[in-house]
Amino acid sequence: MSTTEKSAASGIGPVEGAGETAYSVDNPAPYIEAPRQRTKKTPKSTRGNFEMAAWLFMRLSGIVLVVLVIGHLLIQLVLDGGVSKIGFAFVAGRWASPWWQTWDLAMLWLAMLHGANGLRTVINDYAERPNTRLWLKGLLYTATVFTILLGTLVIFTFDPNIR
Amino acid sequence: MPAGTLYRGREGMWSWVAHRVTGVLIFFFLFVHVLDTALVRVSPEAYDNVVATYKTPIVALLEYGLVAAILFHALNGLRVIAVDFWSKGPRYQKQMLWTVMGIWVVLMIGALYPILGHAVREVFGS
Repeated sequence: MSTTEKSAASGIGPVEGAGETAYSVDNPAPYIEAPRQRTKKTPKSTRGNFEMAAWLFMRLSGIVLVVLVIGHLLIQLVLDGGVSKIGFAFVAGRWASPWWQTWDLAMLWLAMLHGANGLRTVINDYAERPNTRLWLKGLLYTATVFTILLGTLVIFTFDPNIR
Repeated sequence: MPAGTLYRGREGMWSWVAHRVTGVLIFFFLFVHVLDTALVRVSPEAYDNVVATYKTPIVALLEYGLVAAILFHALNGLRVIAVDFWSKGPRYQKQMLWTVMGIWVVLMIGALYPILGHAVREVFGS
């Protein structure tokens, strides 16, 4: 409000008057306060920066996942006879090493969280009714937590001598 | 077709659509994949039984499709990061998409024999 009055008072001439220049070196543009400038009086935001953190997480986890997943595909589907060599013995051999356990654990967590956040975005985009969004996201989060916990449990409790 | 806008059926929009579709597909496979791997906690036989289906010719074709989706999502994801963080990224987004498609085609040709070789041998005999 006050800015409008102030700028009116500082005398911006009629725009259409080509001859009358509103601004010059001696008559600079009026200072207009930024509409959402934060001051000491601005109440603290009640929202966090969750969406920004989620955006950043997608990019950072994405870079790591490119390495982890393409390495995984090379080992499982390309090298040493491809898919035909995979079996319980092959899994036991790889998970004997903490390196591959860590690799698979990191891949599980990052891929699940990356995928869950992606699907959250998709649900937000296409499910318009609040109830639909609630149920779809509830299902998504339940399935995500279940799968992450199951996968983590399997990696940590794997027993090569199960039989 | 209006030209000059960012999202009207041009490279920018279609890569965005493809990124979504491949992402959702990969995520759904991931659920299945964690579940099938969890069978190593049941018994070696249960796990080997399920993995046997992964070795059939039809599933080999699905695996090739999965690899196609993952490679596109990975390469285009790197392009998205470049668009977001590299100052010249938005200007070169189109060129970067065609670079992505070029690398993708080369990798997919390279993946033909390793992933589909055994399926071809099984279907057409030795």
